[in-house]
Amino acid sequence: MVRGLRTGSPAGIQWCTVVELAIAVRDVVRDYRRPRTSLTRPGPVVHALRGVSLDVARGQRFGIVGESGCGKSTLLRIIAGLDQPTSGSVQVGGVEISRLPERRLGFLRAQLQLVFQDPMGSLDPRMRVRDIIAEPLVAQGHRNNLARVHELLEAVGLQPESADRFPHQFSGGQRQRISIARALAPDPRILVADEPVSALDVSVRAQVLNLLDELVHRLSLTLVFVSHDLSVVRHVCDTVAVMNRGEIVEMGPTDQVYDRPVHPYARQLVAAAPRLQAALAGRTAAVLAAETLAARTVSSDSVGSPNPLARPEAPGLATTTAPRDSSTPTPDPTPDPTPTPDPTPASGPAPKDAP
Amino acid sequence: MSRLSRGAEALLPPRGRRSRLGVGATLIVGGGIVAVIAILAVISLVWTPFDVGEINAAERLATPSTRHWLGTDKFGRDVVSLLMVGSRTTLLVGLVSVGVAAVVGVPLGILSAMVPKWWGEVVMRANDLLLAFPALLLAIMLTAVHGQGVVTAMIAIGISTIPSFARVVRSGAIGVMKTEYVLAARAAGRRPVAIAARHVLPNVGSLVIVQASVSFAIAVLAEAALSYLGLGAPPGTPSWGRMLQEGQELLFVAPRLELYPGVAIALAVLGFNLLGDGLRDRFDPRLEDRR
Repeated sequence: MVRGLRTGSPAGIQWCTVVELAIAVRDVVRDYRRPRTSLTRPGPVVHALRGVSLDVARGQRFGIVGESGCGKSTLLRIIAGLDQPTSGSVQVGGVEISRLPERRLGFLRAQLQLVFQDPMGSLDPRMRVRDIIAEPLVAQGHRNNLARVHELLEAVGLQPESADRFPHQFSGGQRQRISIARALAPDPRILVADEPVSALDVSVRAQVLNLLDELVHRLSLTLVFVSHDLSVVRHVCDTVAVMNRGEIVEMGPTDQVYDRPVHPYARQLVAAAPRLQAALAGRTAAVLAAETLAARTVSSDSVGSPNPLARPEAPGLATTTAPRDSSTPTPDPTPDPTPTPDPTPASGPAPKDAP
Repeated sequence: MSRLSRGAEALLPPRGRRSRLGVGATLIVGGGIVAVIAILAVISLVWTPFDVGEINAAERLATPSTRHWLGTDKFGRDVVSLLMVGSRTTLLVGLVSVGVAAVVGVPLGILSAMVPKWWGEVVMRANDLLLAFPALLLAIMLTAVHGQGVVTAMIAIGISTIPSFARVVRSGAIGVMKTEYVLAARAAGRRPVAIAARHVLPNVGSLVIVQASVSFAIAVLAEAALSYLGLGAPPGTPSWGRMLQEGQELLFVAPRLELYPGVAIALAVLGFNLLGDGLRDRFDPRLEDRR
């Protein structure tokens, strides 16, 4: 499927020319068996991944988008060596990892690290921040990591004093920074982020995204970024794969997929993408809805190509994209619904300063 | 923070204040009773009103007076002194049996949560078998083999308390194993033993403390029952259960001899149960943010 897409998709195909691959996934299938519900019959099989293939070149920023339950997190766990595929092959840095037992994945841990979705759940509530961040180092046999912990805290924009505190003393955005610091601790080459900003407030989201963006740039990391939110992926990724029901249905440069989606599902997804930038600019649900309506009329007579905004469902979706505070659209636009103003520029991967 | 969330906050019950009062009361009463028993036991090591080994026929079955606050038993021994020394046996049996149960049950529970599901089930079915086995029967068997004594009683109670620890710890550990921080630890390259020690154990620690407190109450009761049946403390070793047994023949002559150890046992059980409940509330995950 993906191979067909490759030959069929237009310009900007990086992966055909680049020899050095960070991650190569081939025909990965992952089936789960649900617990049996009957004595005589085995439990139903769930096909989480149905033959996924993708290549991530060194230094690439690869986004994976899809709705929840489409298998993107499963794919990520397999790439990270935390789950075994039912069939298929996964190579990281040229080494096959899909058949290796976990205790032999030490080399993978040193070069690939994860950032998780839930900023509370991914940090042990009973551990101090310094122990959390030092964990990958301790696992690799390093001792006396405090200097490195302080360095990492600084890199993610937290105070060195944070090291002695517990996760519950931090806000969601700060916890996600701690999570990023932990992932960067062993100086990995590949950073894999599983919905790293989905659990955050819209205003904090941009800050954490910008931080990720800047760190990936500064440390020249390869980034694999999973999200259900296409606008977030667009913000940080150069290439994107759209997943649906355990398959990659479309793959290509982010702007191309975003502006001219080919597959019907990709079109749907693009249309549903919340307009983060607009929300950050302080526009309310009502304004967003009005804009969507306007765009819909414009697009229908201007462009013949399938424009995502042409979908009739779009106005309704605008409501969900708005910041939480203005859940009921009011006719008069209130000034700024975001609780704390974002210090970093909200428009695209423009030059950023460290927070 | 915002208008909406302030409004939503107002709709919630005043959880913090109410629970602080509730948690405090249970914890303070339970802890207080346990502390009094422990202090009495410690004092009895250096001082008791009378020597409990001394038999004084002249003062047998004396009624409560300023000399003997709670009277004397059929050998003329001071009841207050007996209760004080008896609390030592009670606490010792509780500590050792709960210790045995925790040392075996906690690793068993964590192990059964971390091995593949099928093996965990095997461990738990074996656990159920032990749970179904009456502690009293185990004590009788052990006594038959090793003879009567406090140590036998402690071990018997300890073994029969293992399953409750293993079960509670397992359910907690299964929950911990599903969390993202354990996944993160795996992704960091932590070995299973390190995950068990650094993540699972600290996060089921509160469950263990609560279970220990509740098991302590059960152990106190079990020790009293075993001593009453003559399977625990041998004659001459003061114990609340023994006092009950010795007072039994005089139930209608001097019912107070049954009343005092009975009340002491009931208070101790109440104290440890309240302490356990208080600790449970204290460690309730929903109240975590108050820490």
